[in-house]
Amino acid sequence: MNDVLTLSGITRRFGSVAALDGVDFTLRRGEIHALLGENGAGKSTLMRIAVGLVMPDAGTVFIHGTAVSRHSPALARRLGLGMVHQHFTSIPELSVAENVALAAGWRFRPREVEPRVEQLGDELGLPVPPRARVADLSAGLRQRLEVVKALAAGADILLLDEPSSVLSPLEAERFLAQLIAFRDRGISSVLITHKLREATSVADRVTVLRRGRVVYGGTRGDTSTDGLATHMLGAAPPPRPVRQAPVPGADRLVMEAVSLARLGETGTGLDQATVRVRAGEVVGVAAVEGNGQRELLRLAAGLAQADRGSIRRTEPVSFIPEDRTTEGCIGEFSLTEHLVLVAGEAAPWITAPWVRWTKAESRATRLMAEYQVQAPSAGAAMRELSGGNQQRVIIAAAMERHPALLVAENPTRGLDLRATAEILARLRDAARREAAVLVHLPDLDELIELADRIVVLAGGRLIEAPAGTSRAMIGRMMLGENA
Amino acid sequence: MRLPPGVRGILVAFGAIGIGLLVLGFGLAASGYDALAALSALFRGGFGSGDAIFSGLLPRAVPLILIGLGIGLAFRAGALNIGAEGQFYAGAIVATWVGLTLGTWPQLLAIPAVLVTGIVAGMLWVLVPVVLRLRFGVLEVITTLLLNFVAEALVSWMVQGPLQESSGVYPQSDPLPLATRLPQLSGTRLHAGIILVLLFAGALWVFLRFTLAGFRLRATGAGLRAAAVVGRVRTDRVFGGALLVSAGCAGLAGAMEVSGTTFSLFQNLSPGYGFTAIAVALLARLDPVATVGTGLLIAGLQAGSSAMQREAGVPAVAVRVVEATVIIVVLLADLARRRSARDGGA
Repeated sequence: MNDVLTLSGITRRFGSVAALDGVDFTLRRGEIHALLGENGAGKSTLMRIAVGLVMPDAGTVFIHGTAVSRHSPALARRLGLGMVHQHFTSIPELSVAENVALAAGWRFRPREVEPRVEQLGDELGLPVPPRARVADLSAGLRQRLEVVKALAAGADILLLDEPSSVLSPLEAERFLAQLIAFRDRGISSVLITHKLREATSVADRVTVLRRGRVVYGGTRGDTSTDGLATHMLGAAPPPRPVRQAPVPGADRLVMEAVSLARLGETGTGLDQATVRVRAGEVVGVAAVEGNGQRELLRLAAGLAQADRGSIRRTEPVSFIPEDRTTEGCIGEFSLTEHLVLVAGEAAPWITAPWVRWTKAESRATRLMAEYQVQAPSAGAAMRELSGGNQQRVIIAAAMERHPALLVAENPTRGLDLRATAEILARLRDAARREAAVLVHLPDLDELIELADRIVVLAGGRLIEAPAGTSRAMIGRMMLGENA
Repeated sequence: MRLPPGVRGILVAFGAIGIGLLVLGFGLAASGYDALAALSALFRGGFGSGDAIFSGLLPRAVPLILIGLGIGLAFRAGALNIGAEGQFYAGAIVATWVGLTLGTWPQLLAIPAVLVTGIVAGMLWVLVPVVLRLRFGVLEVITTLLLNFVAEALVSWMVQGPLQESSGVYPQSDPLPLATRLPQLSGTRLHAGIILVLLFAGALWVFLRFTLAGFRLRATGAGLRAAAVVGRVRTDRVFGGALLVSAGCAGLAGAMEVSGTTFSLFQNLSPGYGFTAIAVALLARLDPVATVGTGLLIAGLQAGSSAMQREAGVPAVAVRVVEATVIIVVLLADLARRRSARDGGA
């Protein structure tokens, strides 16, 4: 039997919505199979059914040729399935070894488990420090730990849900290379992604899901990236933001020789950065995770105080943080409340000290239409919205401040193609409306496409990439070469 | 089934009280008491007559509601003030001391002076927790709670030392001069402070619902990081301010208690108002207007408990069973609501 995992006729409904509708999927021994689709296409649900986290309404799961009845995560583990979830599932307060033992179902005896974890990591080519506390690890190491956990119980089938969404471009490349190494050792992988380049670069076969149905299946090289995008979206891919030669205006942000020790637990901090952003231009910050971009952007937005150096900025400033759920919005607040929170004192519905809620609500309703937000009403809670719709609301509210300076920290994180293109177009539009825009995107291609100028941060030092610098050159600058 | 939040809240509150009374009834029956007689004594003592209401229920409701309003405000801002009992005593001590020295002032000045010093004393009592939290990140739950014990020890020392009555017999202060006493409704123990408390409840309700500052306070409690980062709210100020106001409420309640009800300071002046008020605020789901209702209800239970002890021989503390059950039921109902909201939204 050459098929290690077969999903046959899988249907699953959530309420009245069919998340999956008669889906067939097979994973062959020793292949990397990319599962492509937009957010909400059903990719994650399909894999969660494969590992017994979600029960299908109809259809059968075969693992190593045997139909599985009474599926459960424990059974999946025994049958050799390991899953790496989109979000980290380790317990931050525990050590690496403790987390691995927990995931693999080992009894925890430090003297046995710690060397075992160390050895396992080395064997897999994914070395992890067994005694380190997970909270102290970088995103890249945490991701590595997730894979080690998935494989610890001897899995030979690996399901990866958007594994690169938390990684920098360089880390993501290394990670994909690791998948190829796994394949050569007989481990079969399903790679869930909405990044076309990942699918076309490492996958042996590609399956595309759209609205819960398989719309395309083929081997690598059968179709172009554009072709795959058409399958994912069901129509021509959305247009990239239109570029216009910018006519930069007055200085909106001037930072001179600004230094700041690192804000989080990891990273380099910022070392004597000098940068200028003018009205009407988009300045892109290219950097690998933890090289000072967090510090740069938060200083620019006025959310941190510099240790040294001078910063001049024109208010009002709007800031779009990377983490939507803890910093970008308040889950229990409605769309209207979010708008009122962000827009502040200067909004038309404020008559100090009062908030005129009906006025704010009607404005929120209009913005919903303008930004094509899909939500039941402006009274719906932010947490009920999908990631893309949350981000539409967050951008709409940020623009409602009429910012002189708009600072955005990875604003397309976790968004699908369509939402990403839309958000990038909104940033471009902000510049057209005379805002100065300073933005960091981990995806270098997106950044080059969007920005008028690129500045590169490596090891906390900032260098401006001269006009016309190639992608490869910027990539090298990000690694600290040619500094 | 989806109910409007207000209707749901009222149903939950009444359901919780009902379950609490049931639990108490079964507990009493199982321990060999006459449950029906006890419960009817409880009801009559709390709600059954004009006297029960005006001299039992309402005087107890005033501190419960006032402290509950403050606690509700702090909780809304995410500040867990568990130290209202201590802040109440701080207010009572200082108000007693000021009251005893202001006997010659005209009533129109003396009463406000006593009340204001009570507010200030409550605020000062929470100042250390505020600074520790904002400067060093020490959790206010711990510091405010621990300061309760300090305050109780302080009262005990005060009424046996500096503030003991001049005859030196009992551990209590001299009675406050007439000029510093809040007027009482004649023939009852209900004092004029209740008017202040009701006005304050209404003002808080309007503040939270219709002002930008009140909205920002709610945002601080609902999502501290987001409020600071995208809302540009000075969350430290809001958090500290809410704690101060909440402690001021408790301090004012302490001042009103000595100036309007007991007219002197003694140990166990508060039958645990500062703790019971947490239940009052939670039962009202932190809504100021609902806090008035739940404060009256719990005050009625407490007033009735002494009647229950007198007439059915049931220890008055048994009524705590009702209070505890009510808190548990309300918290469970809240959990269930969150679960269904989450599953419905997925």
